[in-house]
Amino acid sequence: MTVRVDPARFDPGAELNAFSKGVGNAGAVVSFTGVVRDVAGGLSAMEIEHYPGMTEKAIAAIVDQAKSRWTLADALVIHRYGRLEAGEMIMMVATASRHRVDAFQAAEYLMDYLKSRAPFWKKELTREGAEWVEARDEDEAALDRW
Amino acid sequence: MIEVLYFAWVRERIGIPREKIETEAATVADLVEELRGREDRYAVAFEDLRALRVAIDQELTDFSAPLKGVREVAFFPPMTGG
Repeated sequence: MTVRVDPARFDPGAELNAFSKGVGNAGAVVSFTGVVRDVAGGLSAMEIEHYPGMTEKAIAAIVDQAKSRWTLADALVIHRYGRLEAGEMIMMVATASRHRVDAFQAAEYLMDYLKSRAPFWKKELTREGAEWVEARDEDEAALDRW
Repeated sequence: MIEVLYFAWVRERIGIPREKIETEAATVADLVEELRGREDRYAVAFEDLRALRVAIDQELTDFSAPLKGVREVAFFPPMTGG
């Protein structure tokens, strides 16, 4: 399992290829990539703050939870922080398993928990000014299904 | 001595990312009460605890958690990762 919290840009294709090569005979690899959206009002950039130390621990705990619930050959989480322009990749998760259901569900679980339980905070910078992104009730509610 | 950290708009309202605090507060809620009484910027940041989350030694917890033996307390809004 790999967790990387890093301000640097990454190439999701290259990451996925490298991940897939290392998963042995797992028959299913699922990946998700999050991209900075251009919101109404003209998003010029996004700033992501995080809590160094806690972030890595929280993500590792979320991955451990996923591994205890589904049979995973491997998992990858990359999450950036710092300033990101519209269109840039924010984060990606990848999961590998013998069967696709485990890989899909574990990837969704990782995404749901990363959104609300990993200490990141997004700030949108638009022409009108800067604003912290508010957590949505749906994101918190999404955890209930697990 | 406890290291207190602030993130996102909590950090902006208080004006600093972290500080060391000498306190006798028994719980996180007691510490918040103490900070609120210090200056307006703290009162503004801690106005509505429902809008805040707290971590003790880098683990999420709640405001009733005891502070005995704790090294680090962090206050921040609900997280928006992913």
